[in-house]
Amino acid sequence: MTAASTPPMIRMAGVDKFFGPLHVLKDVQLEVPKGQVVVVLGPSGSGKSTLCRAINRLEPIDSGTIEIDGQPLPAEGKELAQLRADVGMVFQSFNLFAHKSIVDNVMLAPVKVRKTPAAEARKSAMALLERVGIANQADKFPAQLSGGQQQRAAIARALAMRPKVMLFDEPTSALDPEMVQEVLDVMTTLAKEGMTMLVVTHEMGFARKAANRVIFMSDGEIVEDSTPEEFFSAPKSNRAKDFLGKILTH
Amino acid sequence: MGVLTNNLTLFRDGFATTLQLFLYSAVLSLLLGTFLAMLRVSPVPVFRAIGTTYVTVVRNSPLTLVFGFFVFAYPYLEIIKFDFFTSAIVALTLYTSAFICEVVRSGINTVPVGQAEASRALGLTFPQMLGSVVLPQALRSVVPPLVSTLIALLKNTTIAAGFSVSEAGAIRDSLSEQGANMLLGLTWIAFGFVVLVIPLTLLQRVLEKRWSVAR
Repeated sequence: MTAASTPPMIRMAGVDKFFGPLHVLKDVQLEVPKGQVVVVLGPSGSGKSTLCRAINRLEPIDSGTIEIDGQPLPAEGKELAQLRADVGMVFQSFNLFAHKSIVDNVMLAPVKVRKTPAAEARKSAMALLERVGIANQADKFPAQLSGGQQQRAAIARALAMRPKVMLFDEPTSALDPEMVQEVLDVMTTLAKEGMTMLVVTHEMGFARKAANRVIFMSDGEIVEDSTPEEFFSAPKSNRAKDFLGKILTH
Repeated sequence: MGVLTNNLTLFRDGFATTLQLFLYSAVLSLLLGTFLAMLRVSPVPVFRAIGTTYVTVVRNSPLTLVFGFFVFAYPYLEIIKFDFFTSAIVALTLYTSAFICEVVRSGINTVPVGQAEASRALGLTFPQMLGSVVLPQALRSVVPPLVSTLIALLKNTTIAAGFSVSEAGAIRDSLSEQGANMLLGLTWIAFGFVVLVIPLTLLQRVLEKRWSVAR
């Protein structure tokens, strides 16, 4: 497999991003090949959410290049919308459309963006809801569902676009503890099926179990880039050791 | 009662014209107002500037002045000739849209930013995001002020009487020519407006119930 014939699914090169005087992404270099599951760890404020959101340009960057499947991110507009359609995103706060039923949430983008006929879109939406285990909630509104169910619906909504890659921005951080597992189960299945995934999370269990690769960020920099086994058993940097010490002791 | 029964046609025609003025202007200002609100939240600076300028100029002008402009000044431009009725609709629409725009915009501001982010992440374009996600939620949250603006519009139609449109506001002139009892006459006109406003209030209640968005 040469780099020229198959470009990486995500490529970030020399990416810098500032929030005012704050340097939140510092010369980030990252390549994620197809099918890889990358977990991004790091203390809060380390830039990991910004990294995730920069990949589909929800956060514009100040310098550097980002490519999805070999295609550089265009400026805001139709082309960017097309590219985003191929990049699934799951948010910490679910962001389901509050005025639409669950099945309508899942159907909306396929109908509007892909121009899929409504009947067909509904059928695949129901199949996806079945897959994430909430087909019986299809006609309810988001506010009527538990957090875990809402997040699974949000994953189904992203999958409905048949994305090439899925971005997860702290998908379980807003959930009650007993609902975390049901969401992680869906994500683990997705990882096993070969989806390219970049997951910002604090779930070490998921990182160990489902990730091929762990990236540790601190102060806007990628400090470590290794396998889960290596990272958890023998972190190289002091910052990673310090971080693991804090989260693994309780 | 005599004032009303002796002038039934006068009252009927007057309020029929009022209702027509209202319905045309209401639909048109809802459309134009929503469009202006879209301009005001657009990512394109020029569009935002157009929306802001419109609202600043029109919202700060007295309605009589807007009417005066359309009835007396606009004809000098010799573009399209409007009759008095159409001029009244144009004036009411231009004026009311500025208010509708601000109501809709405040509704847009109540929609959490995550809704727009989720739409963008799914590949919806800006117009698709507004049309399918943001505006439906925005309109649902501003039903009461929207209906208030429409009620104000209904009552503002009486200005048209001063510009040669025989709507309900003009009934008074005819009554006073007849030497009819003005106390009774004006009371009946007021009653007519109350009757017209009640359906709007009911509509508000129904919409609020049906559209209550749980978050």
